[in-house]
Amino acid sequence: MKLYLKYFAINLKCQMQYKAAFFIHLLSRVVLSFATVASVLVMFARFNEVEGFTLSQVLLCASAILMSFSITEVFARGFDIFPRLLGNGEFDRYLVRPRGIIYQVTASHMEFGRLGVFVQAIAVLCYAIPNSGVVWTWDKILTLFLMITCGAVVFAGLYIIFASFTFFTTEGLEFMNILTHGGKEFGRYPFVIYGGGILKFLTYVVPLAVVQYYPLLYLLGMEDGVFYMLCPLFGILFLIPSYIFFRIGLRRYKSIGA
Amino acid sequence: MRAYFSLLRIRFINGLQYRAAALAGISTQFAWGFMEILAFSAFYRANPDAFPMEFSQLVQYIWLQQAFLGVIVPWSWGGNITETIVNGNIAYELVRPMNLYNRWYFESLANRLANAAMRCLPILAVAFLLPAPFRMNLPANLGGLGLFAVSLTLTVLVVSAYVILDYISVFYTMSRYNAIFSVAADFLAGGYIPLSFFPATLRRILELSPFGAMQNLPLRIFNGEIAGSDAMWGIALQVFWLIVMVLLGKLLMKHSLKRVVAQGG
Repeated sequence: MKLYLKYFAINLKCQMQYKAAFFIHLLSRVVLSFATVASVLVMFARFNEVEGFTLSQVLLCASAILMSFSITEVFARGFDIFPRLLGNGEFDRYLVRPRGIIYQVTASHMEFGRLGVFVQAIAVLCYAIPNSGVVWTWDKILTLFLMITCGAVVFAGLYIIFASFTFFTTEGLEFMNILTHGGKEFGRYPFVIYGGGILKFLTYVVPLAVVQYYPLLYLLGMEDGVFYMLCPLFGILFLIPSYIFFRIGLRRYKSIGA
Repeated sequence: MRAYFSLLRIRFINGLQYRAAALAGISTQFAWGFMEILAFSAFYRANPDAFPMEFSQLVQYIWLQQAFLGVIVPWSWGGNITETIVNGNIAYELVRPMNLYNRWYFESLANRLANAAMRCLPILAVAFLLPAPFRMNLPANLGGLGLFAVSLTLTVLVVSAYVILDYISVFYTMSRYNAIFSVAADFLAGGYIPLSFFPATLRRILELSPFGAMQNLPLRIFNGEIAGSDAMWGIALQVFWLIVMVLLGKLLMKHSLKRVVAQGG
Protein backbone atom coordinates (compact mmCIF):
# COMPACT_ATOMS: atom_id res chain seq x y z
CA MET A 1 0.00 0.00 0.00
CA LYS A 2 2.83 2.36 0.90
CA LEU A 3 4.49 1.46 -2.37
CA TYR A 4 1.25 2.14 -4.22
CA LEU A 5 1.13 5.64 -2.77
CA LYS A 6 4.68 6.17 -3.91
CA TYR A 7 3.76 5.06 -7.42
CA PHE A 8 0.78 7.39 -7.20
CA ALA A 9 2.96 10.34 -6.25
CA ILE A 10 5.48 9.64 -9.00
CA ASN A 11 2.79 9.31 -11.63
CA LEU A 12 1.25 12.56 -10.48
CA LYS A 13 4.55 14.44 -10.41
CA CYS A 14 5.50 13.15 -13.85
CA GLN A 15 2.31 14.37 -15.40
CA MET A 16 2.43 17.72 -13.66
CA GLN A 17 5.76 18.45 -15.32
CA TYR A 18 3.90 19.22 -18.51
CA LYS A 19 1.19 21.42 -17.13
CA ALA A 20 -0.16 22.81 -20.40
CA ALA A 21 -0.38 19.35 -21.91
CA PHE A 22 -2.06 18.09 -18.78
CA PHE A 23 -4.73 20.75 -18.85
CA ILE A 24 -5.34 20.35 -22.57
CA HIS A 25 -5.80 16.65 -21.97
CA LEU A 26 -8.13 17.34 -19.07
CA LEU A 27 -10.09 19.83 -21.13
CA SER A 28 -10.33 17.47 -24.08
CA ARG A 29 -11.80 14.85 -21.77
CA VAL A 30 -14.34 17.36 -20.49
CA VAL A 31 -15.38 18.15 -24.04
CA LEU A 32 -15.44 14.47 -24.89
CA SER A 33 -17.89 13.61 -22.17
CA PHE A 34 -19.75 16.83 -22.75
CA ALA A 35 -20.78 15.47 -26.12
CA THR A 36 -22.34 12.51 -24.31
CA VAL A 37 -24.29 14.76 -21.96
CA ALA A 38 -25.16 17.28 -24.67
CA SER A 39 -26.75 14.55 -26.73
CA VAL A 40 -29.03 13.79 -23.77
CA LEU A 41 -29.89 17.48 -23.48
CA VAL A 42 -30.68 17.75 -27.18
CA MET A 43 -32.96 14.73 -27.06
CA PHE A 44 -34.80 16.06 -24.03
CA ALA A 45 -35.32 19.44 -25.65
CA ARG A 46 -37.72 17.50 -27.85
CA PHE A 47 -38.95 14.66 -25.63
CA ASN A 48 -40.19 14.94 -22.05
CA GLU A 49 -39.41 11.45 -20.92
CA VAL A 50 -38.06 8.14 -22.09
CA GLU A 51 -39.42 4.91 -20.64
CA GLY A 52 -40.75 6.99 -17.74
CA PHE A 53 -37.46 8.69 -16.88
CA THR A 54 -37.21 12.47 -16.92
CA LEU A 55 -34.22 14.59 -17.94
CA SER A 56 -32.76 15.04 -14.46
CA GLN A 57 -33.22 11.36 -13.69
CA VAL A 58 -31.37 10.40 -16.85
CA LEU A 59 -28.63 12.90 -16.03
CA LEU A 60 -28.27 11.38 -12.58
CA CYS A 61 -27.80 8.02 -14.22
CA ALA A 62 -25.39 9.44 -16.83
CA SER A 63 -23.19 11.22 -14.30
CA ALA A 64 -22.87 8.12 -12.11
CA ILE A 65 -21.74 5.97 -15.03
CA LEU A 66 -19.37 8.67 -16.32
CA MET A 67 -17.77 8.87 -12.88
CA SER A 68 -17.33 5.11 -12.68
CA PHE A 69 -15.81 5.04 -16.10
CA SER A 70 -13.39 7.87 -15.44
CA ILE A 71 -12.19 6.34 -12.17
CA THR A 72 -11.40 3.17 -14.07
CA GLU A 73 -9.70 5.09 -16.85
CA VAL A 74 -7.38 6.80 -14.39
CA PHE A 75 -6.47 3.82 -12.23
CA ALA A 76 -6.73 0.88 -14.62
CA ARG A 77 -5.18 2.69 -17.55
CA GLY A 78 -2.43 0.06 -17.71
CA PHE A 79 -4.93 -2.51 -18.95
CA ASP A 80 -6.22 -0.16 -21.61
CA ILE A 81 -2.75 0.24 -23.11
CA PHE A 82 -1.91 -3.41 -22.48
CA PRO A 83 -1.11 -4.24 -26.14
CA ARG A 84 1.56 -1.56 -25.94
CA LEU A 85 3.00 -2.99 -22.71
CA LEU A 86 3.32 -6.39 -24.33
CA GLY A 87 4.70 -4.97 -27.54
CA ASN A 88 7.49 -2.87 -26.07
CA GLY A 89 8.59 -5.48 -23.55
CA GLU A 90 7.58 -3.49 -20.50
CA PHE A 91 5.36 -6.33 -19.37
CA ASP A 92 8.31 -8.75 -19.35
CA ARG A 93 10.03 -6.55 -16.80
CA TYR A 94 6.99 -6.78 -14.54
CA LEU A 95 7.27 -10.54 -14.60
CA VAL A 96 10.68 -10.55 -12.97
CA ARG A 97 9.76 -8.18 -10.16
CA PRO A 98 8.64 -9.49 -6.77
CA ARG A 99 5.19 -7.92 -6.84
CA GLY A 100 1.83 -8.99 -8.24
CA ILE A 101 1.35 -8.51 -11.96
CA ILE A 102 -2.02 -6.83 -11.75
CA TYR A 103 -0.67 -4.62 -8.99
CA GLN A 104 2.21 -3.46 -11.16
CA VAL A 105 0.12 -2.90 -14.25
CA THR A 106 -2.28 -0.68 -12.35
CA ALA A 107 0.34 1.14 -10.31
CA SER A 108 2.72 1.96 -13.17
CA HIS A 109 0.18 3.71 -15.33
CA MET A 110 -2.22 6.27 -14.02
CA GLU A 111 -3.42 9.00 -16.26
CA PHE A 112 -4.83 11.88 -14.35
CA GLY A 113 -5.88 13.82 -17.41
CA ARG A 114 -8.68 11.31 -17.73
CA LEU A 115 -10.24 12.82 -14.63
CA GLY A 116 -11.70 15.39 -17.01
CA VAL A 117 -14.74 13.18 -17.36
CA PHE A 118 -15.07 13.07 -13.60
CA VAL A 119 -14.93 16.85 -13.33
CA GLN A 120 -17.68 17.15 -15.85
CA ALA A 121 -19.76 14.43 -14.23
CA ILE A 122 -19.64 16.31 -10.93
CA ALA A 123 -21.06 19.37 -12.66
CA VAL A 124 -23.87 17.28 -14.12
CA LEU A 125 -24.51 15.68 -10.75
CA CYS A 126 -24.78 19.11 -9.14
CA TYR A 127 -27.56 19.89 -11.58
CA ALA A 128 -29.24 16.51 -11.33
CA ILE A 129 -29.23 16.09 -7.55
CA PRO A 130 -31.58 18.93 -6.64
CA ASN A 131 -33.78 18.43 -9.73
CA SER A 132 -34.27 14.69 -9.70
CA GLY A 133 -36.81 14.81 -6.88
CA VAL A 134 -34.83 12.36 -4.75
CA VAL A 135 -35.03 12.87 -0.99
CA TRP A 136 -31.40 12.46 -0.02
CA THR A 137 -31.38 10.29 3.07
CA TRP A 138 -28.30 8.31 4.10
CA ASP A 139 -29.40 5.17 2.29
CA LYS A 140 -29.78 7.08 -1.00
CA ILE A 141 -26.33 8.57 -0.61
CA LEU A 142 -24.94 5.10 0.05
CA THR A 143 -26.71 3.79 -3.05
CA LEU A 144 -25.19 6.48 -5.24
CA PHE A 145 -21.78 5.82 -3.72
CA LEU A 146 -22.12 2.10 -4.41
CA MET A 147 -23.25 2.77 -7.98
CA ILE A 148 -20.16 4.83 -8.68
CA THR A 149 -17.56 2.68 -6.93
CA CYS A 150 -18.90 -0.72 -7.97
CA GLY A 151 -19.41 0.64 -11.47
CA ALA A 152 -15.71 1.45 -11.57
CA VAL A 153 -15.00 -2.13 -10.46
CA VAL A 154 -17.12 -3.61 -13.26
CA PHE A 155 -15.38 -1.41 -15.84
CA ALA A 156 -12.04 -2.48 -14.38
CA GLY A 157 -13.11 -6.11 -14.83
CA LEU A 158 -13.89 -5.38 -18.48
CA TYR A 159 -10.49 -3.76 -18.95
CA ILE A 160 -8.79 -6.80 -17.43
CA ILE A 161 -10.68 -9.05 -19.84
CA PHE A 162 -9.66 -6.80 -22.71
CA ALA A 163 -6.04 -7.10 -21.57
CA SER A 164 -6.30 -10.87 -21.18
CA PHE A 165 -7.41 -11.23 -24.80
CA THR A 166 -4.18 -9.49 -25.71
CA PHE A 167 -2.22 -12.51 -24.45
CA PHE A 168 -3.83 -14.51 -27.24
CA THR A 169 -4.00 -11.95 -30.02
CA THR A 170 -1.20 -9.46 -29.15
CA GLU A 171 -3.35 -6.81 -30.80
CA GLY A 172 -6.12 -5.06 -28.93
CA LEU A 173 -9.58 -6.31 -29.72
CA GLU A 174 -11.77 -3.53 -31.00
CA PHE A 175 -14.81 -5.55 -30.07
CA MET A 176 -14.33 -4.91 -26.37
CA ASN A 177 -14.99 -1.23 -27.07
CA ILE A 178 -18.67 -1.91 -27.32
CA LEU A 179 -18.63 -2.97 -23.67
CA THR A 180 -16.18 -0.42 -22.25
CA HIS A 181 -16.78 2.76 -24.21
CA GLY A 182 -20.17 1.51 -25.26
CA GLY A 183 -21.06 0.81 -21.63
CA LYS A 184 -20.28 4.41 -20.79
CA GLU A 185 -21.89 5.84 -23.90
CA PHE A 186 -25.10 3.82 -23.81
CA GLY A 187 -25.15 3.78 -20.01
CA ARG A 188 -26.22 7.42 -20.09
CA TYR A 189 -29.77 6.08 -20.35
CA PRO A 190 -31.07 3.48 -17.89
CA PHE A 191 -30.36 0.17 -19.62
CA VAL A 192 -34.03 -0.81 -19.56
CA ILE A 193 -34.72 1.43 -22.57
CA TYR A 194 -32.77 -0.97 -24.81
CA GLY A 195 -35.31 -3.71 -24.18
CA GLY A 196 -35.49 -6.92 -22.15
CA GLY A 197 -32.86 -8.94 -23.99
CA ILE A 198 -30.14 -6.34 -23.61
CA LEU A 199 -31.11 -5.79 -19.97
CA LYS A 200 -30.79 -9.51 -19.21
CA PHE A 201 -27.42 -9.64 -20.93
CA LEU A 202 -26.22 -6.65 -18.91
CA THR A 203 -27.50 -8.21 -15.71
CA TYR A 204 -26.26 -11.78 -15.90
CA VAL A 205 -23.35 -11.73 -18.35
CA VAL A 206 -21.72 -8.33 -18.06
CA PRO A 207 -23.19 -6.83 -14.88
CA LEU A 208 -23.37 -3.21 -15.97
CA ALA A 209 -27.10 -2.92 -15.29
CA VAL A 210 -26.45 -4.18 -11.76
CA VAL A 211 -24.55 -0.99 -10.97
CA GLN A 212 -26.80 1.25 -13.00
CA TYR A 213 -30.45 0.39 -13.61
CA TYR A 214 -31.46 -1.52 -10.45
CA PRO A 215 -29.89 0.82 -7.89
CA LEU A 216 -31.23 3.75 -9.90
CA LEU A 217 -34.75 2.41 -9.32
CA TYR A 218 -34.04 2.44 -5.59
CA LEU A 219 -32.55 5.90 -5.77
CA LEU A 220 -35.60 7.29 -7.53
CA GLY A 221 -37.96 5.55 -5.11
CA MET A 222 -39.46 3.34 -7.82
CA GLU A 223 -38.47 0.22 -5.87
CA ASP A 224 -37.71 0.06 -2.20
CA GLY A 225 -36.28 -3.38 -1.54
CA VAL A 226 -32.90 -3.35 0.16
CA PHE A 227 -31.85 -5.78 -2.55
CA TYR A 228 -32.02 -3.01 -5.16
CA MET A 229 -29.90 -0.78 -2.97
CA LEU A 230 -27.16 -3.34 -2.39
CA CYS A 231 -27.35 -4.70 -5.91
CA PRO A 232 -24.13 -2.96 -7.06
CA LEU A 233 -22.14 -5.16 -4.69
CA PHE A 234 -22.82 -8.08 -7.02
CA GLY A 235 -20.85 -6.22 -9.63
CA ILE A 236 -17.70 -6.85 -7.61
CA LEU A 237 -18.13 -10.58 -8.27
CA PHE A 238 -17.38 -9.80 -11.90
CA LEU A 239 -13.72 -9.47 -10.92
CA ILE A 240 -13.56 -13.24 -10.28
CA PRO A 241 -14.09 -14.39 -13.89
CA SER A 242 -11.94 -11.53 -15.18
CA TYR A 243 -9.14 -12.52 -12.83
CA ILE A 244 -9.37 -16.20 -13.78
CA PHE A 245 -9.31 -15.28 -17.45
CA PHE A 246 -6.27 -13.12 -16.88
CA ARG A 247 -4.45 -16.00 -15.13
CA ILE A 248 -5.27 -18.36 -18.01
CA GLY A 249 -3.90 -15.84 -20.49
CA LEU A 250 -0.82 -15.25 -18.39
CA ARG A 251 -0.05 -18.95 -18.13
CA ARG A 252 0.19 -19.37 -21.88
CA TYR A 253 2.00 -16.10 -22.41
CA LYS A 254 5.22 -16.20 -24.38
CA SER A 255 7.18 -13.02 -24.52
CA ILE A 256 6.80 -11.09 -27.72
CA GLY A 257 8.53 -7.96 -26.55
CA ALA A 258 11.46 -6.35 -28.21
CA MET B 1 1.13 14.83 -58.66
CA ARG B 2 2.07 11.28 -59.56
CA ALA B 3 3.99 10.93 -56.32
CA TYR B 4 0.86 11.76 -54.35
CA PHE B 5 -1.20 9.20 -56.20
CA SER B 6 1.32 6.47 -55.60
CA LEU B 7 1.33 7.50 -51.95
CA LEU B 8 -2.43 7.16 -52.00
CA ARG B 9 -2.11 3.70 -53.51
CA ILE B 10 0.57 2.48 -51.08
CA ARG B 11 -1.43 3.63 -48.07
CA PHE B 12 -4.61 2.15 -49.44
CA ILE B 13 -3.04 -1.27 -50.05
CA ASN B 14 -1.38 -1.06 -46.66
CA GLY B 15 -4.74 -0.39 -45.05
CA LEU B 16 -6.30 -3.39 -46.76
CA GLN B 17 -3.83 -5.68 -44.97
CA TYR B 18 -5.66 -5.56 -41.68
CA ARG B 19 -8.60 -7.77 -42.53
CA ALA B 20 -8.99 -9.38 -39.11
CA ALA B 21 -9.03 -5.93 -37.54
CA ALA B 22 -11.66 -4.91 -40.06
CA LEU B 23 -13.81 -7.89 -39.14
CA ALA B 24 -13.61 -7.01 -35.45
CA GLY B 25 -14.37 -3.43 -36.38
CA ILE B 26 -17.38 -4.40 -38.44
CA SER B 27 -18.95 -6.38 -35.62
CA THR B 28 -18.29 -3.55 -33.17
CA GLN B 29 -19.86 -0.99 -35.45
CA PHE B 30 -22.74 -3.28 -36.05
CA ALA B 31 -23.46 -3.70 -32.36
CA TRP B 32 -23.00 0.02 -31.91
CA GLY B 33 -25.52 0.90 -34.60
CA PHE B 34 -27.97 -1.59 -33.18
CA MET B 35 -27.79 -0.04 -29.70
CA GLU B 36 -28.26 3.43 -31.18
CA ILE B 37 -31.37 2.35 -32.99
CA LEU B 38 -32.72 0.76 -29.81
CA ALA B 39 -32.15 4.00 -27.90
CA PHE B 40 -33.92 6.05 -30.55
CA SER B 41 -36.78 3.57 -30.67
CA ALA B 42 -37.32 4.10 -26.93
CA PHE B 43 -37.74 7.81 -27.61
CA TYR B 44 -39.99 7.04 -30.54
CA ARG B 45 -42.22 4.92 -28.30
CA ALA B 46 -42.33 7.74 -25.73
CA ASN B 47 -43.63 10.26 -28.23
CA PRO B 48 -43.79 9.48 -31.97
CA ASP B 49 -45.06 13.00 -32.76
CA ALA B 50 -41.90 14.64 -31.45
CA PHE B 51 -39.78 12.55 -33.81
CA PRO B 52 -38.48 14.87 -36.56
CA MET B 53 -38.49 12.13 -39.22
CA GLU B 54 -39.93 8.73 -39.98
CA PHE B 55 -38.38 5.95 -37.94
CA SER B 56 -37.23 4.21 -41.13
CA GLN B 57 -35.35 7.39 -42.09
CA LEU B 58 -33.52 7.28 -38.79
CA VAL B 59 -32.61 3.65 -39.38
CA GLN B 60 -31.19 4.60 -42.78
CA TYR B 61 -29.20 7.40 -41.18
CA ILE B 62 -27.66 5.16 -38.51
CA TRP B 63 -26.72 2.24 -40.77
CA LEU B 64 -25.29 4.50 -43.42
CA GLN B 65 -23.32 6.31 -40.76
CA GLN B 66 -21.87 3.05 -39.47
CA ALA B 67 -21.14 1.77 -42.97
CA PHE B 68 -19.22 4.89 -43.97
CA LEU B 69 -17.85 5.68 -40.52
CA GLY B 70 -14.32 5.23 -41.78
CA VAL B 71 -14.57 8.06 -44.29
CA ILE B 72 -16.79 10.52 -42.48
CA VAL B 73 -15.52 10.78 -38.91
CA PRO B 74 -13.59 13.97 -38.25
CA TRP B 75 -10.61 12.23 -36.64
CA SER B 76 -7.71 10.35 -38.11
CA TRP B 77 -7.40 6.62 -38.55
CA GLY B 78 -4.30 4.75 -37.59
CA GLY B 79 -2.17 7.72 -38.46
CA ASN B 80 0.85 8.54 -36.35
CA ILE B 81 1.24 12.06 -37.63
CA THR B 82 0.68 13.71 -34.25
CA GLU B 83 3.21 11.29 -32.82
CA THR B 84 5.85 12.37 -35.35
CA ILE B 85 5.29 16.02 -34.52
CA VAL B 86 5.72 15.44 -30.80
CA ASN B 87 8.68 13.08 -31.00
CA GLY B 88 10.54 15.06 -33.63
CA ASN B 89 10.46 12.59 -36.51
CA ILE B 90 8.71 15.33 -38.42
CA ALA B 91 12.22 16.51 -39.33
CA TYR B 92 12.51 13.58 -41.75
CA GLU B 93 9.30 14.60 -43.43
CA LEU B 94 10.53 18.14 -43.83
CA VAL B 95 13.62 17.20 -45.78
CA ARG B 96 11.61 15.27 -48.35
CA PRO B 97 10.97 17.11 -51.59
CA MET B 98 7.22 16.94 -51.12
CA ASN B 99 4.73 19.44 -49.95
CA LEU B 100 3.89 18.38 -46.41
CA TYR B 101 0.29 19.52 -46.58
CA ASN B 102 -0.45 17.53 -49.71
CA ARG B 103 1.38 14.54 -48.33
CA TRP B 104 -0.69 14.50 -45.16
CA TYR B 105 -3.85 15.13 -47.09
CA PHE B 106 -3.36 12.15 -49.37
CA GLU B 107 -2.25 9.93 -46.52
CA SER B 108 -5.31 10.74 -44.52
CA LEU B 109 -7.52 10.28 -47.55
CA ALA B 110 -6.02 6.88 -48.32
CA ASN B 111 -6.41 5.63 -44.75
CA ARG B 112 -10.04 6.64 -44.87
CA LEU B 113 -10.75 4.99 -48.19
CA ALA B 114 -9.08 1.72 -47.19
CA ASN B 115 -10.99 1.65 -43.94
CA ALA B 116 -14.34 2.24 -45.58
CA ALA B 117 -13.64 -0.02 -48.55
CA MET B 118 -13.47 -3.04 -46.26
CA ARG B 119 -16.27 -2.10 -43.92
CA CYS B 120 -19.06 -0.48 -45.85
CA LEU B 121 -20.33 -3.37 -47.96
CA PRO B 122 -20.59 -6.04 -45.22
CA ILE B 123 -22.36 -3.62 -42.89
CA LEU B 124 -24.81 -2.51 -45.58
CA ALA B 125 -25.42 -6.08 -46.71
CA VAL B 126 -26.43 -7.21 -43.23
CA ALA B 127 -28.42 -4.04 -42.62
CA PHE B 128 -30.53 -4.71 -45.71
CA LEU B 129 -31.34 -8.23 -44.48
CA LEU B 130 -32.38 -7.42 -40.92
CA PRO B 131 -36.00 -7.93 -39.75
CA ALA B 132 -38.49 -5.11 -40.12
CA PRO B 133 -37.94 -2.18 -37.77
CA PHE B 134 -34.16 -2.44 -38.06
CA ARG B 135 -34.01 -3.06 -41.78
CA MET B 136 -32.25 -0.57 -43.97
CA ASN B 137 -34.21 0.51 -47.04
CA LEU B 138 -33.23 2.18 -50.26
CA PRO B 139 -34.36 5.81 -50.46
CA ALA B 140 -37.87 6.38 -51.80
CA ASN B 141 -36.47 8.71 -54.41
CA LEU B 142 -33.66 6.95 -56.23
CA GLY B 143 -32.66 10.16 -58.00
CA GLY B 144 -31.23 11.29 -54.67
CA LEU B 145 -28.55 8.61 -54.87
CA GLY B 146 -26.49 10.62 -57.35
CA LEU B 147 -26.58 13.67 -55.12
CA PHE B 148 -25.73 11.44 -52.17
CA ALA B 149 -22.62 10.15 -53.94
CA VAL B 150 -21.44 13.65 -54.81
CA SER B 151 -22.08 14.91 -51.32
CA LEU B 152 -20.39 11.92 -49.67
CA THR B 153 -17.28 12.48 -51.78
CA LEU B 154 -17.19 16.13 -50.78
CA THR B 155 -17.65 15.16 -47.14
CA VAL B 156 -14.57 12.96 -47.27
CA LEU B 157 -12.56 15.81 -48.79
CA VAL B 158 -13.85 18.34 -46.23
CA VAL B 159 -13.19 16.07 -43.28
CA SER B 160 -9.66 15.29 -44.44
CA ALA B 161 -8.94 19.01 -44.65
CA TYR B 162 -10.43 19.50 -41.20
CA VAL B 163 -8.27 16.80 -39.66
CA ILE B 164 -5.14 18.50 -40.97
CA LEU B 165 -6.09 21.66 -39.09
CA ASP B 166 -6.11 19.40 -36.05
CA TYR B 167 -2.59 18.15 -36.85
CA ILE B 168 -1.32 21.68 -37.32
CA SER B 169 -2.60 22.65 -33.89
CA VAL B 170 -0.22 20.05 -32.45
CA PHE B 171 2.69 22.21 -33.67
CA TYR B 172 1.49 24.89 -31.28
CA THR B 173 0.41 22.82 -28.28
CA MET B 174 2.80 19.85 -28.50
CA SER B 175 0.10 17.73 -26.96
CA ARG B 176 -1.12 14.42 -28.27
CA TYR B 177 -4.57 15.00 -26.91
CA ASN B 178 -6.12 17.51 -29.22
CA ALA B 179 -9.25 15.43 -29.36
CA ILE B 180 -11.25 18.55 -28.55
CA PHE B 181 -11.56 19.46 -32.21
CA SER B 182 -12.51 16.07 -33.47
CA VAL B 183 -15.05 15.27 -30.77
CA ALA B 184 -16.66 18.68 -31.00
CA ALA B 185 -16.84 18.35 -34.77
CA ASP B 186 -18.27 14.86 -34.53
CA PHE B 187 -21.04 16.07 -32.27
CA LEU B 188 -21.77 19.23 -34.27
CA ALA B 189 -21.83 17.32 -37.56
CA GLY B 190 -24.48 14.93 -36.34
CA GLY B 191 -22.23 12.07 -35.31
CA TYR B 192 -24.00 11.49 -32.01
CA ILE B 193 -27.53 12.38 -33.03
CA PRO B 194 -28.73 13.66 -36.41
CA LEU B 195 -28.91 17.44 -36.65
CA SER B 196 -32.66 17.08 -37.32
CA PHE B 197 -33.11 16.48 -33.59
CA PHE B 198 -31.41 19.75 -32.63
CA PRO B 199 -33.48 22.83 -31.71
CA ALA B 200 -34.41 24.77 -34.87
CA THR B 201 -32.13 27.82 -34.53
CA LEU B 202 -29.11 25.82 -33.53
CA ARG B 203 -29.75 23.41 -36.37
CA ARG B 204 -29.91 26.19 -38.93
CA ILE B 205 -26.63 27.69 -37.72
CA LEU B 206 -24.92 24.31 -37.80
CA GLU B 207 -26.21 23.57 -41.28
CA LEU B 208 -24.44 26.69 -42.55
CA SER B 209 -21.25 25.99 -40.58
CA PRO B 210 -18.42 23.76 -41.78
CA PHE B 211 -19.82 21.00 -39.56
CA GLY B 212 -23.05 20.91 -41.52
CA ALA B 213 -20.89 20.27 -44.58
CA MET B 214 -19.66 17.01 -43.07
CA GLN B 215 -21.64 13.76 -42.59
CA ASN B 216 -24.87 15.63 -41.92
CA LEU B 217 -25.50 16.40 -45.59
CA PRO B 218 -24.95 13.08 -47.41
CA LEU B 219 -26.76 11.05 -44.74
CA ARG B 220 -29.78 13.32 -44.81
CA ILE B 221 -29.83 13.42 -48.59
CA PHE B 222 -29.93 9.63 -48.59
CA ASN B 223 -32.80 9.35 -46.14
CA GLY B 224 -34.74 11.96 -48.08
CA GLU B 225 -34.79 14.75 -45.49
CA ILE B 226 -32.88 17.06 -47.77
CA ALA B 227 -33.77 17.01 -51.43
CA GLY B 228 -33.89 19.07 -54.63
CA SER B 229 -32.59 22.63 -54.48
CA ASP B 230 -31.80 22.35 -50.76
CA ALA B 231 -29.43 19.52 -51.54
CA MET B 232 -27.78 21.48 -54.36
CA TRP B 233 -27.38 24.45 -52.05
CA GLY B 234 -25.83 22.21 -49.40
CA ILE B 235 -23.38 20.78 -51.90
CA ALA B 236 -22.38 24.30 -52.95
CA LEU B 237 -21.70 25.07 -49.29
CA GLN B 238 -19.56 21.95 -49.04
CA VAL B 239 -17.43 23.16 -51.95
CA PHE B 240 -17.12 26.57 -50.30
CA TRP B 241 -15.97 25.12 -46.95
CA LEU B 242 -13.60 22.73 -48.67
CA ILE B 243 -11.83 25.63 -50.38
CA VAL B 244 -11.76 27.71 -47.19
CA MET B 245 -10.34 24.89 -45.09
CA VAL B 246 -7.66 23.86 -47.55
CA LEU B 247 -6.50 27.47 -47.94
CA LEU B 248 -6.56 28.00 -44.19
CA GLY B 249 -4.64 24.79 -43.65
CA LYS B 250 -1.94 25.73 -46.16
CA LEU B 251 -1.61 29.17 -44.62
CA LEU B 252 -1.34 27.89 -41.05
CA MET B 253 1.07 25.21 -42.13
CA LYS B 254 3.39 27.82 -43.61
CA HIS B 255 3.23 29.83 -40.42
CA SER B 256 3.81 26.89 -38.10
CA LEU B 257 6.69 25.44 -40.12
CA LYS B 258 8.47 28.76 -39.90
CA ARG B 259 8.66 28.42 -36.14
CA VAL B 260 9.15 24.67 -35.86
CA VAL B 261 12.21 23.66 -33.86
CA ALA B 262 13.41 20.10 -34.24
CA GLN B 263 15.04 18.99 -31.04
CA GLY B 264 17.32 16.06 -30.53
CA GLY B 265 17.97 13.20 -32.83
